[in-house]
Amino acid sequence: MRLSFPQLLARIGFSALAAIIGILFALPLIWFIFAPFNARAELGIAIPDPWTLQNFLTVFGNGFAMRGLLNSLIQSVGGVILVAAAATLAAYALSRSSIPGKSIVTYVLLLFSSVVSGTAAMVPIFLIVSSVGLMDTHIAVILVFAGGLLPTAMFILRDFIDGIPKTYEESAMVAGASPVQAFFDVALPVIRPGIVVVVVWAFVNIWGSFLIPFILLRSDDLMPSSVAIYSFYSEAGTPIVTLLAAYSLIYSLPVVALYLFVSWKFGFRFFGGIKA
Amino acid sequence: MASVEFQNVTKSFGTFNAVSDISFKVADGEFICLLGPSGCGKTTSLRMIAGLETPSSGKIMIGPDDVTHLHPKDRQISMVFQDYALYPHMNLADNIAYPLKVRGESVEKRHKRAKEVADVLKIGDLLNRLPSQISGGQQQRTSLARALVYPSRVYLFDEPLSNLDAKLRLEARGFLNHLQRDMGMTAVYVTHDQAEAMALATRIAVMDRGRIVQFAPPIEIYRRPATTFVANFVGNPPMNMIPVEGTVDGERLQLRAHGVLVRDLPISQGIKAALGKGAGLTLGVRPEHLSMGTINDVNMVSGKLFANENMGPEKLVTFERQDGGRVTARIFTDDAVETTENVAFTFDGAHATLFDAEGKRIPADGEMPL
Repeated sequence: MRLSFPQLLARIGFSALAAIIGILFALPLIWFIFAPFNARAELGIAIPDPWTLQNFLTVFGNGFAMRGLLNSLIQSVGGVILVAAAATLAAYALSRSSIPGKSIVTYVLLLFSSVVSGTAAMVPIFLIVSSVGLMDTHIAVILVFAGGLLPTAMFILRDFIDGIPKTYEESAMVAGASPVQAFFDVALPVIRPGIVVVVVWAFVNIWGSFLIPFILLRSDDLMPSSVAIYSFYSEAGTPIVTLLAAYSLIYSLPVVALYLFVSWKFGFRFFGGIKA
Repeated sequence: MASVEFQNVTKSFGTFNAVSDISFKVADGEFICLLGPSGCGKTTSLRMIAGLETPSSGKIMIGPDDVTHLHPKDRQISMVFQDYALYPHMNLADNIAYPLKVRGESVEKRHKRAKEVADVLKIGDLLNRLPSQISGGQQQRTSLARALVYPSRVYLFDEPLSNLDAKLRLEARGFLNHLQRDMGMTAVYVTHDQAEAMALATRIAVMDRGRIVQFAPPIEIYRRPATTFVANFVGNPPMNMIPVEGTVDGERLQLRAHGVLVRDLPISQGIKAALGKGAGLTLGVRPEHLSMGTINDVNMVSGKLFANENMGPEKLVTFERQDGGRVTARIFTDDAVETTENVAFTFDGAHATLFDAEGKRIPADGEMPL
């Protein structure tokens, strides 16, 4: 195909613009990969010379920050298990039962979910958690996250389960399975790709959240990484860029690993009904 | 195997009665088809036998047991679903053997049994595949195998062939018929395809708006449709229905309508009663009972040629009478229909079916059971 001169010019212009925008987005990532290995890293991009692991060694020596990674893991895994289990059961019930007004219930929950974990609700949440006596515990953080994420998780899963024909469970029950057997043998494996999506989404949400653990926790040995990362700021409040970069890289690895694992194991694909 | 009985069963969803007060009995070893258009209540009826819906009132019996409120798993029944409902995460062997798994059979035993059934259905070499890796016809046979793998009192079919293409459907239909002859199973089969019902059923229950309109062997449904609804639904193309004026001439009945002059039909008590009410009659003639004739024939239907379709072994000739009503004839001759504007067809009076103003068939005097 031959292009006229203005068309050619437009195309070159468009490609150049796209490239510039792409570079703008790539810059922080490039910094993120180079800076941790650079003993003299600053906010500008520089190729490490020489490459060094010194930053990591210093970070590994910071007990508070390392403990933070473990705490993040405890809170995220705990929250994910609670959210996934509760959302699956609730969404299944909402999808399969014939409760009148069940979609209104879902939408109202969804509406409130943004309130529950939102900044506006921090004071009431603080008061509730404190009066229940759960202040400064992992459980408090896990419960508040679960409360905030559940409605959206239920909404995602309900939509997913709605798309799965009821005949799966019906055929299992006609074949002699109890409702519980039909759920675990047939429904659950079919819903699993949807649950995986919720698991990843909930994990990323909890892993990266700062405000809730910051407010609900006091002890240093319970703080997650998102809070512990502030130990790489000097007392004057300026970041120690070298250590911050190294810690950030470590901090981001579990999320990347989770994505890779899920896409390898499940491929983020869905099976709905079999196409006839 | 067991019998199935509906006793005054009604199922309503809100104010809508999907099934209204139906009663019928399926004898042990009978193959019953529930036939009707969508929304007539046939699938709801089937699902009530399976226990997937609970009747609003009435009683359902399987064999000697009242199963009205029994959970599906306790009914000892099998069901084949329209979408097959094969579990996408299990291979064919596990799919077929699933009913045995929930019955607590050992893995070796249930895979052996699954293999036996799969071999009969010619899917024995696909047992390691997933449902998504086999064709539609094979999926259909897998779902059938899962229904046959364990002893069952009643076999339920919910339009099991409607997702197959035409050729496979005929093949599967023949196989089901063979299976029924072989096993003598009690089966309830839901379909909207009248040909399927005719081919498979020992008796057909034609349903319309939640009620059974006629419950009879296929040949009776075909030859003596109880109402204009049944006559319209069964047969392809359906029975021609022509509103006519009837007059009595001596001992014979005469019928008239635009393009229609029928002079030689026997009179019955029912016809006299219907004519006495002064209301009109409807003449029903099946397309295959019309043969080419002339306007001078004793029983004559004529009109302007509308369509002339060559089907291979037969021809479908459709013509339009003066009032716009269309009539289709199915002729088996090789003679070309002359492409004249006007065509005339004739039929034997014995093949005419008459319906009264309410659409009910008027029986002949001294009618013998078929």
